[in-house]
Amino acid sequence: MHIETPHFNDNARDALKDAQLQKALAGLPGGLVAQRAAARDKLPEFEALRDVGRDLRNETLELLDVYLETYERNATAAGAKVHWAQTAEEARRIIVELCKAEGARLVTKGKSMISEEIGLNDALQDAGMEVLETDLGEYILQIRGETPSHIIAPAIHLTQDQVEADFRRSHTDLPADRALVEPGDLVGEARRVLRQKFLSADVGITGANFLIAETGSSVIVTNEGNGDLTQSLARVHIVITSIDKVLATREDLATLLRLLARSATGQECTTYATLSTGPRRAGDVDGPGAYHVVLLDNGRAELLGTQFREVLRCIRCGACMNHCPVYGAVGGHTYGWVYPGPIGAVLTPALIGIGQGAKLPNASTFCGRCESVCPMRIPLPKLMRHWREAEFEAGQPPFHQRAALAAWAWLAKRPRTYHVAMRFAAATLGALGRRRGRFRWLPLTGGWTRHRDLAAPQGRTFQQLWAEHQRGVPR
Amino acid sequence: MSDTARSAILSRIRASLKVAADDPDRATLAAQRIAGHPQNLVPARASAAGTDLVALFRSYLEGQQATVSAVASHSDVPAAIGNLLNATGATGVVRRGSDPLLGDMPWAEAKDLVVREGAAEPDDVAGVSYALAGVAETGTLVVGAGKDNPVTLAFLPGIHIIIVARDTIVGTYEEALARVRKIYGASGMPRTLNYISGPSRTADIGGKIVIGAHGPRTLGVIIVG
Ligand code: SF4
Repeated sequence: MHIETPHFNDNARDALKDAQLQKALAGLPGGLVAQRAAARDKLPEFEALRDVGRDLRNETLELLDVYLETYERNATAAGAKVHWAQTAEEARRIIVELCKAEGARLVTKGKSMISEEIGLNDALQDAGMEVLETDLGEYILQIRGETPSHIIAPAIHLTQDQVEADFRRSHTDLPADRALVEPGDLVGEARRVLRQKFLSADVGITGANFLIAETGSSVIVTNEGNGDLTQSLARVHIVITSIDKVLATREDLATLLRLLARSATGQECTTYATLSTGPRRAGDVDGPGAYHVVLLDNGRAELLGTQFREVLRCIRCGACMNHCPVYGAVGGHTYGWVYPGPIGAVLTPALIGIGQGAKLPNASTFCGRCESVCPMRIPLPKLMRHWREAEFEAGQPPFHQRAALAAWAWLAKRPRTYHVAMRFAAATLGALGRRRGRFRWLPLTGGWTRHRDLAAPQGRTFQQLWAEHQRGVPR
Repeated sequence: MSDTARSAILSRIRASLKVAADDPDRATLAAQRIAGHPQNLVPARASAAGTDLVALFRSYLEGQQATVSAVASHSDVPAAIGNLLNATGATGVVRRGSDPLLGDMPWAEAKDLVVREGAAEPDDVAGVSYALAGVAETGTLVVGAGKDNPVTLAFLPGIHIIIVARDTIVGTYEEALARVRKIYGASGMPRTLNYISGPSRTADIGGKIVIGAHGPRTLGVIIVG
């Protein structure tokens, strides 16, 4: 996928002015927040389960190589063909080759963020194949030539009217007088068109929410059933997933399933969770004749050895973005690459490099809501701070920012000088700002005061007030 | 090429974890976890003594827009399916798998029903599967799909009907997994193990939930016994 991340600031400015987008955003996130809260309240063990989930993911990552080998062994024994890909490029090549060998003309796809990460659709199309997204949201985006703006609700940035216009434009056999008033009409229309495609697909590609080492299974978790049609009606099923998805046992899956749907949409569980193990077996009357799994690294193995390891616990529930004030204001596309929101702010710099991803960990208010809802208890704000440090050390920030921070650091390490300087500053600013109570503008702070006023200090510093308070001076 | 990628990825992981390849202790740890497959924290909702599991199972399923009914025995199932189809007004071929539990049912007695065996065809009106367990904690059916219960029956027809024996309705996923292990062996699996908790749905258009996305619009669950 094309990387737009360095233009985050400009994109955010445009997004805030985009009336359609703001309308779509205004309608949605609150609903998901309330639904998650309701689901959490309905399950007394929810908070404790988050601890359990975090710990079991940590334990699995600690033995990641062993579990991957075990997974591979068991999957292979069930008839799967497991492929390893170090980079996006390798993964694309493997999948294109598999499809070509199959003589594939039509490839259907279930929703997969990894396929976005590796830019799979373009590669298949360049190789002459028709590729069709079957998740309803992804299908709409494909018609529009857009990318997902949310990891579980990819078309969350669109309104119903926009979808109607898209269907009328692209479904050329649709009678002009067919009513498409209710969301149900639109869903029915998409169902009609996609049915034919499911039935005539040569290859079906899905992602995997999890892999299970114990049984060699891949797992998809969905509501629409499109992933299941994709994988069971095509001649060949290809799973594209990443190495961090492996779990030890089906019991571990049960625990994570209890957290995933509740965190994502507030459902008790999704409509479907499907554990697939190998291709069609002797005597089976349906199912794919061949079953391939492509395991993508793309920087994750290295990430495991860094201070960012914890991000590999992520189960892609989307709760962090649903609760993020920045995401809620600017939407997912502003982040400029596959993973938006707080998870994107931590993962994107790791996958595309801090050079290109630096804007994201800086686009945070550090309100901490993401961490407070993350089912895997990933300390997202802390990890964003690590990225800021890494960026600073790499010398990315502009000179004046580094100079100002260096000056502040020098001062902060010398308490006496610091207090004198602060007393002076507070008294001066207090005197200057006495009339209005705030400043519209101050030298050197243009970037900050452009969007907000700075309240004028009352004349004395906190330290002074505290000292007086300790001495019992009445206020 | 894949072999090079495989060893490169595995050694990168080991370098990151600062461990050696073929460390017997680490292999043992993983093997023990798999062999013991310990239960993690299990919610009390459906595991507390005295819980009416069938009632809980039903109430969650109905909350998820499934249509649930109960019959006394296997011989009542075809008629119950007939009622379900009448209620939806749908007519056409009802497709079922070759599961012996389904084979024993008196299909001929339900005169209006056209029942065929096999994988789902595009024009079938309904698919019928036999669940290996029901999970009360979320109102979930566990179907082991394979030659007895073809997986397409659960997704292609507009109506999916799942039969579940009352005595296989358990409280938790962990208990259902115990049944899976009993049927398929310690680490065995059917080709697909399907957890199904209602008719298919989507919220992809304007965030409003619509029932009947790509999979069934109706999920009928018939509890037997
Ligand atoms: S970081 Fe946490 S909250 Fe965000 S998607 Fe991942 S698991 Fe969900």
